[in-house]
Amino acid sequence: MEIQEIENIASQVRRDIVRMVANVSSGHPGGSLGCADFLCTLYFHLLQLDPSHFSMDGKGEDLFFLSNGHITPVFYSVLARRGYFPVNELDTFRRLGSRLQGHPSTDKKLPGVRMASGSLGQGLSVAIGAATAKKLNKDKSLVYTLHGDGELQEGQIWEAAMYAAAKKVDNLIATIDYNGKQIDGNVEDVLSLGSLAQKWIAFGWEVLEMDGHNVKEIIQTLEKAKTMTGKGKPICIIMKTEMGKGIDYMMGTHKWHGSAPNQEQLKIALDQLKETLGDY
Amino acid sequence: MKKIEVLGNKDTRSGFGEGLHEVGKSNEEVVALCADLIGSLKMDAFKEAFPNRFFQVGIAEANMIGIAAGMTIGGKIPYTGTFANFSTGRVYDQIRQSVAYSNKNVKICASHAGITLGEDGATHQILEDIGMMKMLPNMTVVVPCDFNQTKQATIAIADYQGPIYLRFGRPVMPIFTPENQKFQIGKADILIEGTDVTIVACGHLVWKSIEAAYILFEKGIRAEVINMHTIKPFDEKTLLQSIQKTKCVVSAEEHMINGGLGDSIAQVLTQKLLVPQEYVGVNDRFGESGTPMELMTKFGIDTSNVVDACLKVIQRKA
Repeated sequence: MEIQEIENIASQVRRDIVRMVANVSSGHPGGSLGCADFLCTLYFHLLQLDPSHFSMDGKGEDLFFLSNGHITPVFYSVLARRGYFPVNELDTFRRLGSRLQGHPSTDKKLPGVRMASGSLGQGLSVAIGAATAKKLNKDKSLVYTLHGDGELQEGQIWEAAMYAAAKKVDNLIATIDYNGKQIDGNVEDVLSLGSLAQKWIAFGWEVLEMDGHNVKEIIQTLEKAKTMTGKGKPICIIMKTEMGKGIDYMMGTHKWHGSAPNQEQLKIALDQLKETLGDY
Repeated sequence: MKKIEVLGNKDTRSGFGEGLHEVGKSNEEVVALCADLIGSLKMDAFKEAFPNRFFQVGIAEANMIGIAAGMTIGGKIPYTGTFANFSTGRVYDQIRQSVAYSNKNVKICASHAGITLGEDGATHQILEDIGMMKMLPNMTVVVPCDFNQTKQATIAIADYQGPIYLRFGRPVMPIFTPENQKFQIGKADILIEGTDVTIVACGHLVWKSIEAAYILFEKGIRAEVINMHTIKPFDEKTLLQSIQKTKCVVSAEEHMINGGLGDSIAQVLTQKLLVPQEYVGVNDRFGESGTPMELMTKFGIDTSNVVDACLKVIQRKA
């Protein structure tokens, strides 16, 4: 897919995100906007998958696990736009009886979701399990994850990081959304991650870095990461992003991590985002 | 009275180890994970036989539960093994989100449950695990009573689709269930028939309840002993049929009274058929170091406690 096409999809996904959260006056727009370029590139360009025949086992398909489950607006929008379920269903986000729960879940059987997440720090372990099962099944496809940077404060992440390197889980590509912000403020102030790349290297991972808003760079980095699989080491991509990317008043602050714009703010946001595929 | 034949003496964890090895042979989707307690969990045989399906995760139980949940996505049937304390309380949120809520086919196998873990003391003696696990939607809770039943339960749960908590223990106890009796999840066993009082027990307390029934028999009391090896789903039917006859019940478990088997029984009584109940269990306190049998006596979950509870509940009936 052409870079311009991916960027167009990302613009529509950003519109979906702000409309979804404004619609119910709740949800997490900041991190969602920051990961829109990455997830669109991943789902529309890189992952080998078949949205029309979703199976829980995902045998022969690349798998993606959203570990920072609160960014459901971007996840659901990308899944819907990719064809996992009708785009109009985005209108039910966070409403009673919806398959689009506040955080991802499997119990309402939303196609595209293989694991509940929301309580942070669990997705890397789950992905290691899925990647290990792929090896046992002689399935050559890959497993991808996305984590928040604040999420890395959870101890389980480092249990999993240690395991993946020690046991050579080399069919796994984990990406960190390194936007430097979490609910209470800057990650640096809340609990500094220190030398993040050095930490992953010390744990035995291959580490790549990329600009999470440059589609060309995302493609190049992920393609490079794919060539590094199967060589005995798991791969971590530290992805620099801006929380709230694409909407001027949401950038440069942590305030929009978990709060929704009102109708007036929504209008200002939508004026900054081109409608490319038609709103739901 | 005719006594139940004792076939030998073994620990229930060894039943798990043998069962895991057996089910590993018959079902190649079965995988096993252990958090640095292979010897304690008796997982050596599986590890030797199927090294590529065995995963040593180190002392990282949260990661173990997550990996197990992820493995189910590739169709595997993971059995996790560590002490009951580290299988539940330490990883409750991981079980809640990645196993129970996500409804993944993980078998959480927990050894050294309860106070009979013994000398290690209260830090390791979990008495709250049945309560925590039975509260989780989608979770099935199985507490087999002896070596043979633990082995059979370990084999049987591979054929059940969904999360299971399998609880067993460390001490050597009598073996009294038939060697190859197929384990049926959710179907309680009536071990001794009686008319005066119903004793509903699980785990190690089943044997203690059988011993209690023998003593009561000498006093002219006919106790019915039910092995409620599945706490959830709970076999209401077998309980109700028994108490319609005996009109009173004693629950016996190696667990806190709060949240355990006795609570599950009380829920049935208050909704379906109100009869007096007495509880044999640990009453709102932590354990301590000692031998398993010393601790059962000190903490009030021994044969004599079951006898006393039966005598008391029969009094209340009148």
